[in-house]
Amino acid sequence: MLRFVVRRLLQAVPTLLVLSILLFAWLRSLPGGPATAMLGDKATPAKIAQLNQVLGLDQPIYLQYLRFLRRVLTGDFGNSLVSGDPVVEEIGRAFPATIELSVVALIIAVGLGIPLGYLAARYRGRMLDNVTVVGTLVGVAVPVFFLGYLLKYVFANTLGWFPPSGRQAVDIDATHVTGFFVLDGMMTGEWDAAWDALVHLVLPGLALATIPLAVIVRITRASVLDVVNEDYVRTANAKGLAPGTIRGRHVLRNALLPVSTTIGLQTGLLLAGAVLTEKVFNWGGLGSLLAEGIDRKDYPRLQALILLAAFVYVVVNLLVDISYAIIDPRVRVR
Amino acid sequence: MVHTRTARWRRLAVIGVTAAVALSLSACAQSQRGAGGSGNVGGTMVFGVAGAPKNFDPIFNDDGESFRPIRQMYETLVTYKPGTADLAPGLAKSWESTPDGKTWTFHLQQGVKFHDGTPFNAAAVCFNFDRWFNMKGAAAQSQMIYYGDVFEGFAHNEGDTTGQPLYKSCEAKDDGTAVINLNKYKGALPAAFGLTSLSISSPDALKKYDADKVTQSGDSFEYSSYATEHPTGTGPFKFGGFDKANGTITLVRNDDYWGQKAKLDKVIFKIIPDENARKQELRSGTIDGYDYPSPADYKSLKDDGFNVAVRPAFNILYLGINQKNNPALRDLRVRQAIAYALDRDSLVRNKLPEGATVATQFMPKAVAGYADDVQQYPHDVNKAKQLLAEAGASNLTLQFYYPTEVTRPYMPNPQEIATVLAESLKEAGINVQLVPRPWNGGYKDDVQKAGKQDLHLLGWTGDYNDAGNFVGTFFGREKAEFGFNDPSLFAEIAAADGTVDPAQHAAAYQQVSRDLMSRYLPAIPISNSPPAFVVNKKIHGLVPSPLTDERWGPVSKD
Repeated sequence: MLRFVVRRLLQAVPTLLVLSILLFAWLRSLPGGPATAMLGDKATPAKIAQLNQVLGLDQPIYLQYLRFLRRVLTGDFGNSLVSGDPVVEEIGRAFPATIELSVVALIIAVGLGIPLGYLAARYRGRMLDNVTVVGTLVGVAVPVFFLGYLLKYVFANTLGWFPPSGRQAVDIDATHVTGFFVLDGMMTGEWDAAWDALVHLVLPGLALATIPLAVIVRITRASVLDVVNEDYVRTANAKGLAPGTIRGRHVLRNALLPVSTTIGLQTGLLLAGAVLTEKVFNWGGLGSLLAEGIDRKDYPRLQALILLAAFVYVVVNLLVDISYAIIDPRVRVR
Repeated sequence: MVHTRTARWRRLAVIGVTAAVALSLSACAQSQRGAGGSGNVGGTMVFGVAGAPKNFDPIFNDDGESFRPIRQMYETLVTYKPGTADLAPGLAKSWESTPDGKTWTFHLQQGVKFHDGTPFNAAAVCFNFDRWFNMKGAAAQSQMIYYGDVFEGFAHNEGDTTGQPLYKSCEAKDDGTAVINLNKYKGALPAAFGLTSLSISSPDALKKYDADKVTQSGDSFEYSSYATEHPTGTGPFKFGGFDKANGTITLVRNDDYWGQKAKLDKVIFKIIPDENARKQELRSGTIDGYDYPSPADYKSLKDDGFNVAVRPAFNILYLGINQKNNPALRDLRVRQAIAYALDRDSLVRNKLPEGATVATQFMPKAVAGYADDVQQYPHDVNKAKQLLAEAGASNLTLQFYYPTEVTRPYMPNPQEIATVLAESLKEAGINVQLVPRPWNGGYKDDVQKAGKQDLHLLGWTGDYNDAGNFVGTFFGREKAEFGFNDPSLFAEIAAADGTVDPAQHAAAYQQVSRDLMSRYLPAIPISNSPPAFVVNKKIHGLVPSPLTDERWGPVSKD
């Protein structure tokens, strides 16, 4: 198993290297540049040229790339052009925000998705099934930002049940240790801060969960319907096993294989969804960093973020493969 | 059976280890509550802002998001009367210059202390001016945008900085008198002494936190801890912290402030980049106000009981004309025809925010140099056609560049503005090809560097009350944006800028304004659009400033 993991990680190295070259070339071929963005209204061609010279952006692109690569190998991704902070520090700060949000979204999606999908399959063709199928269609089709605004309008502005945006009320004076605000509140015993952070998570968590939830419901439903008709289920029935055992051990367990693949892929997509959700809910995570980085042509930040995203994708796929091995012993044996 | 028991043990072990880790973590985490912040007497105001500040060292900043907190923590020698662009005493009670405009004497306020308790005096003023002039390093110099604009050069220019320095020396005659010597007169002074970038910092803090150290890391800059954690000025608020994880900047009242002390205990600027999110936070009461509401929301915000404060307009939107690519545009009659063809009244009425006005010249009315009697170009399609015919340019086709993915205070909706203007031009028989380009994706390169366009939209927000800051910026020298080289115009502007006497200075610029509108017409002024902010009914005393230079000191909250 360990060898498998190491080999897969080593395979990621050339992938990331090629990606970094493409990324570097692509970012620098975009019109406009960080100097224009940094100088804003007061940008004159002379000032842009001066800043480009100071930043080394007037040098040949391969030289710039080699310089970048040399620094990255020492763990230095440079400083953000927008905030001036080291990019690694910025990402470290934003990472917990996105993870916190994604975990909540994933808990909602998986926690609701698998039971709903299973129930829809079990009561196939009945009311519950029909409602679920239509609901998932809508869930997949509604854009995240629209749903976000809708949730905010109804639950924050009209009903006032939840805060409209942000991660924590500004006047709560919370101590931040890990950057996971809920966890921080629990660790420091500031329970009001933890609760406040949790309340702030509800609406963005729901908005971000919608698409993966819909996908998981559909895949679970389809997968369960497949498995129910397998020979071994019929055999188990014939042997007179308790229905609960058949459902749990024979149907659901086997049906979960494609579902876990889906969850893995959806986890990657959550990061994409987070860009929009974070914008709508003013969530200071990786998505906000990325959006601002694109807007301001923040090369160092974009390079680090996109490479990080690629790395996360590789790791998540690896985790999916490992989970296969756990759910399906045949994979492990092979 | 054995198998199941092992699994159960393993599960228990996992739970045990997790609990142990959580416990040990909570043992090292200590609540830091009560470490800062004062009582609840004056209250806290939370204001939504669009972006994060770059840092808090005034000299290395040039954008509104950084200036907003800096203006509460720092002060300048000269400042502006609230709600105007007129000069008022700041850290200097009064000031005067010699007739040649080369020596400026500042009589300083007494009993002023920096936030670190050190005294503000003439030596501190000179320390700041000397620091700027002697700044080392291409990286640091490249970030001193406003200093570079006003003082033109450094003791040792580095990188691409080439200007001859305006600054010569500073003498502390006594504790309360600072004298600044310049190599030549500059029209921007004394107004430019009020620029937020030229705020006075505590010399002790500058030295202690190594403020001059701007290092370049790869493609970007790194600032000292003075700029990021220890900004130390004399203002009514002190730095309380920048919580980057939660996107808030906290300022706390300076109880030792020399002037009228701030009423609020705390001001929190909350960063909310999305304009819609700012609006929803205001409506749900989590913030007390925000900057730059969309003009489309003014009415509904007012209907809901919010106070939309429109700033006096201190900007200009113009339709640029590039004479380089199309020879017809070199004919004054053709440029005048374009001016007559534009229906600016209808544009301002239908597409621009409340309070916007048609611009008759290249500076807003508040600027000394604005002339009431410039040549006017009312909407007149027949006159436009007639002028085009006279110039033999009846079949004119023009590339009209406009920016997308941007709103500026002077240009809330570039696409709509460009469409309306293009329609008016078509009515006068001019063929217009609209060319949209993303603002951060090459628009400024195309129009200001490459000069690809025939017509384009651009504008400017004034930094201080001087005509040179407007017309000098646009037409003071040859620029690819306008594609003409007219030494007589450049000389006229330079002469106006070099006129020391305030009355003659204004008169000279008024003549520039008249000549620009009648003899040169290198572009067409379109409009002045005031940006606004919005606050709820509990907030009082936040006075809208044309320079977006609002001060939170006198602000109170019910």
